[in-house]
Amino acid sequence: MTDTTTTDLAAPDAGLPGGWQMVIGLEVHCELSTATKLFCGCPNQFGSEPNTNVCPVCLGLPGSLPVANDAAVTYAMRLGRALHCEVKPSVFARKNYFYPDQPKDYQISQFDQPTNIEGWLELPDGIRIGIERAHIEEDTGKTSHVGGGGRIHEAGYSLVDYNRAGVPLVEIVGKADLRTPEQARQYVAELRSIILAIEVSDAKMEEGSMRVDANVSVRKADEPYGTRCEIKNLNSLRSLVRALDYEARRQIELLEDGERVIQQTRHWDEADGRTHTLRSKEEADDYRYFAEPDLVPLDPSAETLAAIDASIPTLPADRRQALATAAGVTPVEAAMAVERGLDDLALAAIEAGANPARVMTHVEHNLAADEAVRLDAANFAGLVTMETSGELTATQAKQVLAEMVETGGEPGAIAAARGFEAMETGALESLVDEAIAADPEAWAKFCAGDAKVTGAFVGYVMKATKGQADGKAVTELLRRRAAG
Amino acid sequence: MSDPISRDDVAHVADLARLRLTDDELDHFTEQLAAVLEHARDVEALDVADVAPTAHPFELSNITRPDEVRPSLDRDEVLGQAPSTEAGQFRVPPVLGEAP
Repeated sequence: MTDTTTTDLAAPDAGLPGGWQMVIGLEVHCELSTATKLFCGCPNQFGSEPNTNVCPVCLGLPGSLPVANDAAVTYAMRLGRALHCEVKPSVFARKNYFYPDQPKDYQISQFDQPTNIEGWLELPDGIRIGIERAHIEEDTGKTSHVGGGGRIHEAGYSLVDYNRAGVPLVEIVGKADLRTPEQARQYVAELRSIILAIEVSDAKMEEGSMRVDANVSVRKADEPYGTRCEIKNLNSLRSLVRALDYEARRQIELLEDGERVIQQTRHWDEADGRTHTLRSKEEADDYRYFAEPDLVPLDPSAETLAAIDASIPTLPADRRQALATAAGVTPVEAAMAVERGLDDLALAAIEAGANPARVMTHVEHNLAADEAVRLDAANFAGLVTMETSGELTATQAKQVLAEMVETGGEPGAIAAARGFEAMETGALESLVDEAIAADPEAWAKFCAGDAKVTGAFVGYVMKATKGQADGKAVTELLRRRAAG
Repeated sequence: MSDPISRDDVAHVADLARLRLTDDELDHFTEQLAAVLEHARDVEALDVADVAPTAHPFELSNITRPDEVRPSLDRDEVLGQAPSTEAGQFRVPPVLGEAP
């Protein structure tokens, strides 16, 4: 799949000065929500007392042997397939390094034969971002630095908790196809939606079950890639966007001053809004990878892969497309409903004959993400139909909807109980006349084309009707009066 | 045939493994490692065109275990093995540099 780098064709504007362009590639670590760790039966649990979920395997004690967790392997392959990857026969490898977050002095990961390769993910606007690989590895323990104000280089000593060591991870390595911080944000949001849809992780950036590292460089359009820096410590989508923007501008400033960008890892500081050097990478990392002799290869059968494919529900991109088609909007416009899990409700209501535009308005503005479950699609469609037929104003419909969510009631009964009836046009017209008479100064401005004063008249009518009037109808009447 | 491994290679590998070797030791291990690699060359001389590459000496794959929790160790017992602990955690010397 080499046709994924479509971003260059329509490189969106990152808002950088002097014709500079950003090139971004993201590495996302996602903790799998299995019951146990990747290679042992210790609980995979966030928030336990330190060092209570440990055993000889995840502590790297001599003589212990890892055995791969069936669910972790299945989840990793499901994620790979959801990202349109090819699932290959794969091999675990030892990544050797010295740091106390791994008691074995190596991390079991994958190297030259990862489980998933060459996939893609589609942003709401249809741009495909390439996925290079999505491999399985174990998480590291948690180190905290004591003394020296918590700063690593001045630490008095470090404390290590191995509860997280051995928790299963998938590292999703994206291609350098992203061109703006906003695209990067969309990519992570989309990845998260997919991960949640296929139920392999809770993907919480704030708890670290989804962690994003960003590689960013700058170049002038059509020039080769510049030297990149890797940014770590991105704990929210907001941090990601801010850090990328800061880092690109830092690199541009260096280059425009005739200096060069040094390839290095940088740490995002949310408080001061800057990235700081962690270490230089003048020398390439050398982890002395070799095949893990204690584990045998993974080689899923066609049946296994078919079962994994069958377990994948309709993904966000297809759900956006389905709703867009039904509602007559673009997939971008359908994105919010899908993101909030309200698309099935909207589709059912539209199918039941409700006006698509009104359905989309309610779904976007008048319903919260968790409210779809308490709403019967037929009742929702009924409400929209009452609104479009003029039985209810937009304001009344909104109030009835809120009560439907609250009580699960039927719209006709709720409207009747509240005494909602469509206001006669004649009654509304006289109220509008009253409002005009009450403020001749504003009326003169309105007639002169000043739309800002519209609110004063609508407000008058709303007050007089206790909010039951249709604001749009009022505005329309005002326009007609002004036109003479 | 060229030398299978140089003295610089050995110094580099020793550095990666955090081993501090004297000049004499470097010479000594370069010679020893060269002998091991020479032996590997004997194997390279075999015609293996018809043999599929393998990552493991056993012809096994997909050995997994069910995702079922098993008891973890007692923390006091675990920490009892460590030279220094604090607040239920392993206490280690200040860490220089960063995790990869």
